[in-house]
Amino acid sequence: MSLEKPYLDVPGTIIFDAEQSRKGYWLNQFCMSLMKAANRERFKADERAYLDEWAMTEEQKKAVLARDLNWCMRTGGNIYFLAKIGATDGKSFQQMAGSMTGMTEDEYRAMMVAGGRSAEGNRYLGEDGDAQAHRQPQGAAGHKKGA
Amino acid sequence: MARITASVYTSHVPAIGAAMDLGKTHEPYWQPVFQGYEFSKQWMKDNQPDVIFLVYNDHATAFSLEMIPTFAIGTAAQFQPADEGWGPRPVPTVIGHPDLASHIAQSVIQQDFDLTIVNKMDVDHGLTVPLSLMCGELDPKKDAWPCPVIPFAVNVVQYPVPSGRRCFMLGQAIRRAVESYDDNLNVHIWGTGGMSHQLQGARAGLINRAWDNAWLDQMIADPVACAATPHIDYVREAGSEGIELVMWLIARGAMSDIVDGQVQGPAPKVRHRFYHVPASNTAVGHLILENS
Repeated sequence: MSLEKPYLDVPGTIIFDAEQSRKGYWLNQFCMSLMKAANRERFKADERAYLDEWAMTEEQKKAVLARDLNWCMRTGGNIYFLAKIGATDGKSFQQMAGSMTGMTEDEYRAMMVAGGRSAEGNRYLGEDGDAQAHRQPQGAAGHKKGA
Repeated sequence: MARITASVYTSHVPAIGAAMDLGKTHEPYWQPVFQGYEFSKQWMKDNQPDVIFLVYNDHATAFSLEMIPTFAIGTAAQFQPADEGWGPRPVPTVIGHPDLASHIAQSVIQQDFDLTIVNKMDVDHGLTVPLSLMCGELDPKKDAWPCPVIPFAVNVVQYPVPSGRRCFMLGQAIRRAVESYDDNLNVHIWGTGGMSHQLQGARAGLINRAWDNAWLDQMIADPVACAATPHIDYVREAGSEGIELVMWLIARGAMSDIVDGQVQGPAPKVRHRFYHVPASNTAVGHLILENS
């Protein structure tokens, strides 16, 4: 019997369920370790060496080194845990959330001030909203990266 | 006996705490948010409770993936504001109410809700931001929160989170527990988190003003129907983190118009209602209900 997962058809969204949590256990526990100042210092001094102390997959380590939060999430990361990396880097929650959309910080902030992203077209996979796969990346930051 | 006289509902956006801690509340971006709580700060002074039962969620602070309690009640004498990676918020230590908290734990477990009892725990922005919004800026050393606080943490980080219906029933059990406590205490119950927001993926930044306000209308007037809202509706309509709203239903279930799981008593008085977009990534919702 498979588990009931009615949330797999929401675009641009990974629900952190028991399965993702199992996948991301060491990635998220590494993130938790960054709540201690001494660990933040050691991580910043040699990121790769610090990551190698954890039973993370090579892909998870690469995703962290690249600071690609979408990639981190696909490998089982959860945003509240990943936020500890952002805090270590001196980033706000808004900067972190924005980084996952391909928008620049200013573009993302402007979208929020204008009332946020609409749910229209973004409820189900296959619609035409701005969070759908065929409309990524959404902003100048993503286009720069892709160029 | 002890009584629940009012419920307070508010978002607990971390950036709101940062704006208060860094003295940014008068900046044009933040002014409308804090304006919405001016009434509430005065109301708190005029209606000061003896104890606040504060429903919130921990954001990978006290609970890592080592342990994930669905419902956790704080029975300690005090709780320190946590260092979430940016340093602890400069706010007073949270004083608990171990006696009432233990009483509620025993009573609620006997009513078939399996609570986790926590005797040592730091509290994060989920708990301290609502206190700051309702009580204003306080000096961490010289000042104190107006009364003891019982922290009640709900898992809304790892799915499946408890259903709205379960939360609504739990609120009713908490009210029965409070009313079986001998001392004459005036208790407020707060439900926090929400409203619409999504912090992840290409859909980050989702806000749904129409859905939020319709949900608020229903939570006030027809909470039984509101509690039946399935998880997936929150995710689709209010964003993956909008699911935090189930915590509001714990506070709503504890109001006195709910008898035997149905609305039977006189409707609570809506003393204040506020909604604003945005605070950082989030729609801010706020409500004060008093028992009639």
